[in-house]
Amino acid sequence: MKDTILNVKGLKKIYHDRKSEIEALEDINFTVNEKDFISIVGPSGCGKSTILSILAMLEEKSGGEVILKDNISIGYMLQNDSLFSWRTILDNCLIGLEITGKLNKESKNYVLKLLKTYGLYDFKDKYPSSLSGGMRQRVALIRTLAIKPDILLLDEPMSALDYQSRLAISDDIYKIIKNEGKTAIMVTHDIAEAISMSDKIIVLSKRPSKVKKIYDIKLSNKSTPINNRKCKEFSKYYDMIWRDLDVHI
Amino acid sequence: MYTYSKEHKEYLKKLKKEKIIVFIFRFLIIFIFLIGWELLSKYNIINNFLSSSPSNVLKTAINLFADGSLFKHIGITLYEVILSFVVATAVGLIIATILWSNKTISKIVDPYLTILNSLPKVALGPLIIIWVGASINSIIFMALLINTFITIINIYNGFIATNKNYITLLKSFRATKRQIFFKLILPSNYITIINALKINISMSLIGVIMGELLVSKNGLGYLIMYGSQVFNIDLVITGVVILGIISYFMYFIIEKIEIYVRNKRS
Repeated sequence: MKDTILNVKGLKKIYHDRKSEIEALEDINFTVNEKDFISIVGPSGCGKSTILSILAMLEEKSGGEVILKDNISIGYMLQNDSLFSWRTILDNCLIGLEITGKLNKESKNYVLKLLKTYGLYDFKDKYPSSLSGGMRQRVALIRTLAIKPDILLLDEPMSALDYQSRLAISDDIYKIIKNEGKTAIMVTHDIAEAISMSDKIIVLSKRPSKVKKIYDIKLSNKSTPINNRKCKEFSKYYDMIWRDLDVHI
Repeated sequence: MYTYSKEHKEYLKKLKKEKIIVFIFRFLIIFIFLIGWELLSKYNIINNFLSSSPSNVLKTAINLFADGSLFKHIGITLYEVILSFVVATAVGLIIATILWSNKTISKIVDPYLTILNSLPKVALGPLIIIWVGASINSIIFMALLINTFITIINIYNGFIATNKNYITLLKSFRATKRQIFFKLILPSNYITIINALKINISMSLIGVIMGELLVSKNGLGYLIMYGSQVFNIDLVITGVVILGIISYFMYFIIEKIEIYVRNKRS
């Protein structure tokens, strides 16, 4: 049995502005075990990204509890790669270490090793503008991995890419996360992407959102995300989640 | 060595041709203008006394150079311009930083900044002379009134327009405000800052000349003012021409800095 490293209990978030208050999250409960790959899906505007923002401590919660196992650190990967155009690829990857004050020879070597492993070493002295969208996304992931987080939060990491790059990059990102033995929580609006990558999918209801259902994804001959799309259970999960999302236009 | 294709050579040729055309026409415009002006005034088609002529301007400049006053006037004006430029840049950066780091302060001072920026500062000229005295201090003060607020506003607007995703990224690493400023705000706004400097340099020049017209006994503004008072149009136009050359060179230097910074980081 894998260890539970994150426990979210009754999480609540209310946004205030002058004219109104909006209850984004009403009652969110889930647990995350070590090395799980979890996806959060839900109708648009249901506050999926808010959960990640709260876990990354970028936003305050309005109620409930987030219980992290001791000494667990969190890395956050944004929707947009947000690479600094004035920094080289290597310097972009080192920014997190610079800020957390952990930049030393050892941590730098770790980043260089990551760049080497994931085919970006030759570009380390180049500037972001010379890289393709997919490569930039990989750099963004390495930048997050550089601070050695135990849990990775991925906020629609592929949404800025075209469809083919998305498929290729989701394979890449999946492999990198599994290789490095990380736990991941990914927010996505793409049901197929969620099924192909995750061990567990959390389906949220409309705003104010609650957890509607949690699926344990069990695919026969599970391998990489692209291949997982060919598994026979894939469409069954797809139909169920689609029905849960209850989309009306 | 790699040799280019025929098409690429054609393309390079076209670029070169364009460059030559631009150069020739630039030269031609000033050449025709000067010759035309000279001839028109020589044959008294335009009033020689009121409109001077290129040869008279040159003569005046040479005379000023000969008695040593040319570089004295240029030197004083340059000194005032550079001093007010440096002070406004420093003050602009510091105040923009303070406003960026504290939203409440920026909300409080916002209307005052707008008023001070849009107020025609020349109107304060007589007051400045009374308060600060008819000296170089008045000139610097006038220049600072004119160039500082616009510098603050331009730099501050650049700071607050910084990509929010970048800030979120740094915050996810628990960055302090200071770290966000030095790792992100400053480096990402270098174009904004250089543009603010460009505006600042022309504003400094405007401010200094305005100040010199009002109070000074030295400098190019004084030269122009003096020339007009004794009805020496040659002197007035010489002053204006020298000013034009100076402002072009200052702009040129900042542009060179811009190119240097840009090349260093890509």
